[in-house]
Amino acid sequence: MYSFEPSEEQQMLVDAIKRYAVNDLRAKAHDADEAANLPRNLIEKGWELGFLQASIPEQYGGFGERSAVTGALAAEEMAYGDLAGALAVMTPGLFTVPIAQAGSEEQKQAYLPVIVAGDWSPFTAALIEPYFDFDALDLRTEAKKLGEDYVITGEKTYVPYAADAQAILVYARFEGQTQGFIVPQGAEGLEICERQKLLGIHALPLFGISLKEVHVPKTNRLGGAEGHDFAPILDASRIAIASMAVGLSKAAFEYSRDYAKDRDVFGVKAAQKQTIAFMLAEMATEIEAIRLLTWEAAWMLDNHNEEASKQAYLALTGATDMAMMVTDRAVQILGGHGYIREHPVELWMRNGRGIATLNGLAIV
Amino acid sequence: MIEFEAPKPIVQQHVALQTVAENMMRPVSRYFDEHEHEIPWDYINFMHMAMRATGAGSLAPRERKPKEGEEQKEKRPPIGYQALAFMLETLSWGDVGLYLCTPGGLLGAAAVEAAGTPEQRQEFLARFSEEKPAFGAMAMTEPGAGSDTASIRTTALLDKETNEWVLNGEKIFVTAGQKSLCESHGFVVVWATIDPSAGRAGMRSFVVEAGTKGIAVEKLEHKMGIRASDTATIVLQDVRVPFENMLGRAEIVKEPTSKGFQGAMATFDATRPLVAATGIGVARATLELLKELLTQQGISIRYGLPRQKLTSIERDVIDMEVMLRSAWLLIIKAVWMADNRKPNPLEASMAKVRAGDVVTKITQKAVEIMGPLGYTRDLLLEKWFRDAKITDIYEGTGQINRLVVARNILGYSGRELR
Repeated sequence: MYSFEPSEEQQMLVDAIKRYAVNDLRAKAHDADEAANLPRNLIEKGWELGFLQASIPEQYGGFGERSAVTGALAAEEMAYGDLAGALAVMTPGLFTVPIAQAGSEEQKQAYLPVIVAGDWSPFTAALIEPYFDFDALDLRTEAKKLGEDYVITGEKTYVPYAADAQAILVYARFEGQTQGFIVPQGAEGLEICERQKLLGIHALPLFGISLKEVHVPKTNRLGGAEGHDFAPILDASRIAIASMAVGLSKAAFEYSRDYAKDRDVFGVKAAQKQTIAFMLAEMATEIEAIRLLTWEAAWMLDNHNEEASKQAYLALTGATDMAMMVTDRAVQILGGHGYIREHPVELWMRNGRGIATLNGLAIV
Repeated sequence: MIEFEAPKPIVQQHVALQTVAENMMRPVSRYFDEHEHEIPWDYINFMHMAMRATGAGSLAPRERKPKEGEEQKEKRPPIGYQALAFMLETLSWGDVGLYLCTPGGLLGAAAVEAAGTPEQRQEFLARFSEEKPAFGAMAMTEPGAGSDTASIRTTALLDKETNEWVLNGEKIFVTAGQKSLCESHGFVVVWATIDPSAGRAGMRSFVVEAGTKGIAVEKLEHKMGIRASDTATIVLQDVRVPFENMLGRAEIVKEPTSKGFQGAMATFDATRPLVAATGIGVARATLELLKELLTQQGISIRYGLPRQKLTSIERDVIDMEVMLRSAWLLIIKAVWMADNRKPNPLEASMAKVRAGDVVTKITQKAVEIMGPLGYTRDLLLEKWFRDAKITDIYEGTGQINRLVVARNILGYSGRELR
C-alpha cells in the first residue's frame, strides 16, 4: 500500500525536532555563521532530542531501531532550522550509524554504549577527498595490508570536528572497494590540518586531514576481518543530504513566501503578482516532488529494495538542483533585501550550493 | 506509516495492461497517427470486453452485498483512483491517442462521479458496463472561453412547464465528443450557465445523452498529436434534457451559488492527476526507448558517479529519471489523497504542473539526443514529442495549475490572485 503519513511516533519526533530547529538552531544561525562557531550547549540540546540514540538497538544502549524513513524526516526538520547546526548535531551519527549497521560485534560493544549514554561527543568520519572529481566509490586514499593489519595513506577534506574527535571513521580504497577504518585521535601519521573556510556552513568546524602510512589494527576495519558493504552507507548519506536539502529549501520557500505576502508593490502585495506567485508555486512543487523521491529512496533502503542505491542517487541528484533553484529564487524574491545578511535567505543560498558537495557529512 | 508499495491488485492489473499496451497499442500506434479520425475499433472492442470481464477502469470495486450469514469482509483501504492512475499511465505508455479512445466513461464519467448524486451515478454510469462499448465526454471550453471558465456563454434555462433544461451554445475541444454522441450510446457533460450575469455562481453541468435532439458534432479538429483521439466541436440548439440531468443536488438550482463551479473544480481535483498520469506514460515510453537506443550505440548510463565524471548524455538521462519518478510520485500522492477523501486541489495541480513540464522536456530532449534519427518518423520519438505537448494544455494549462498551486500555498482567493 501507499501511505504518505508519518506514524504517530514519527510525527512526535518531527514535531519535537521542528521546535528545536526553529526556536534554537534557526534563532542562532545568523550569529553562528558570522562567528563561525556553534555554541556547545546548542548542539547538546539537539543531541538530547535523542533521535540518533533511537536508531541504535537496545542491546547497545540505544532505545530503538534504525529507520531511514524516520531519519529522513528528522534530517529534513533539523536542516529546516539550519544546515550547519543540523550537520553538527548529527556528526556522531557518521560514526555510530555505520558501526551499528555494519560494525563487528566487538566494535559495537566498544563504541555504541559509550557514545549513546554520553553527552554529544564529536566522533566523526572522513569520506570526501580534495579533488574536483571526488568519487566515493573510487577513492584515492588507500588502505594496504601490512601483515594482518592495515596501513592507510591519503588526503581527506570536510571532516567535521576532526580536531576534537576521539576517533575518525576513515574511508579508504581497499582491494578496489571503499572500506571504513576506525582511526583514533593521535594515531601516528594522522595530521589534522587547519580549519577550512567555505562558501557556506561557516559555523560547522570542518578540517582537512592527512594520513601518512597510518597503522590500523585489523580489528579496526569496519565490520572486522570481512569488512563491509559500502553501498548502504553511501545510500544512507545520500538520503540524509537530500532530506536536508528539502528542509533547507522549505525554509527558504516559506521565508520568501511570507515576505512576498507582506511586501507592498504597485499597490498590491508582491505575492499577488503572478510573476512572483508562479515562482513560489514552482518552488513548492519542486520541493514536494524531491521530498517524495527522497522518502521513496529511504523506504526502499529500509526494505532492502534492490533499486535503493539508484533511487538514493536520483534523490540526491534532484535535491542538488532543487536546493539551488529554490534558494536562488528565495533571494531573488526578496530582491536587494535578499542580498543583505540581515535576512537568512543569502545564507540559505550559500548553504544550498553545498548540497552538491556535502554528501558524506550526514547519515540517517 | 510512510510506504511506497503499489497495492497487489494494482500490480497484477499492471501486468495485464502492459501486455495490452505492447500487443494491442504499439503495433498500430503509427497507423492511427497517420490516419486521423479513423476509429480504432479493434482496440475499443477488446478493451470493452476486457474491462467488463475484470472491472478494471471503474472507480469503485463492484459492490457485492454479503449474503445472509456471510460476514462482511474486512474493509480494505480504497485504491480506485490509484488503480486508475496506474492504468492510464500504462495504456498511455502504449499509445496515449489510443488510450483516449478507451470506452467507458473514464474522464467523462469522472465528472458524474465527482459532482453527481448517487442516483445520477446509477442512472448515467450503468451504460458503460452494457454489452456495447459507450463513451463519455466533458464539454467545457468554448470559442471565447478556455481556461477562463467563468466566461462560459452556453446557457441552460429551466422550462417550468415541462421541468426541462433548455441548452444553447457552442462547445469546442470536446475529447471523444464524436464517439460519445455519434458512435455509441454515450453522453456529454455540458457546462452551462443558468444565470449569465452571475459569473461562476451560475455555472452548472448537465448530462446530454447521445440521440438528444438539437445536439450535433459540427467539426473534428486536426491536431499536432494524439491524433487517434477525436476532438469535437459541438453545437447545442434548444437541447432539452430532463431536470434530473443537472449534476448535483436539486437545491443548488434554486439560488445561484458558487457550488456549481465548485463541482467543476472538484472534478478537476480528481481528473488532473489522472491526466498527469497519461503524460507520465508517454514520458516513460520515451525514456525507455531512448535508453534502449543508447545501449545499442554502446552507451550505458553510469548511475552513482559524481556529476563531474558524467557525460552530457548521461546527465540528461539521469535528470530525466529524476523528473519522471518525482512527477509520478506527486501523482500517486494526489490520487492516494483522493482515494482517502482528503481534499487535494493543491496536490492535484502540483502533479499536473510537474507532469506537464516533465513530459514535454523529456520528449523534446529525447528527439534532440537522438539527432537525425530522433527527428524521423521511423521512430516513435517524434510522435511522442507531439503527443506530449497536450499534457501541459488540457485539463488546465500549466499556467492555470500554477495559479491553483499559488493560491493554495499563499492562502489567496481568486480575487486576491487573479
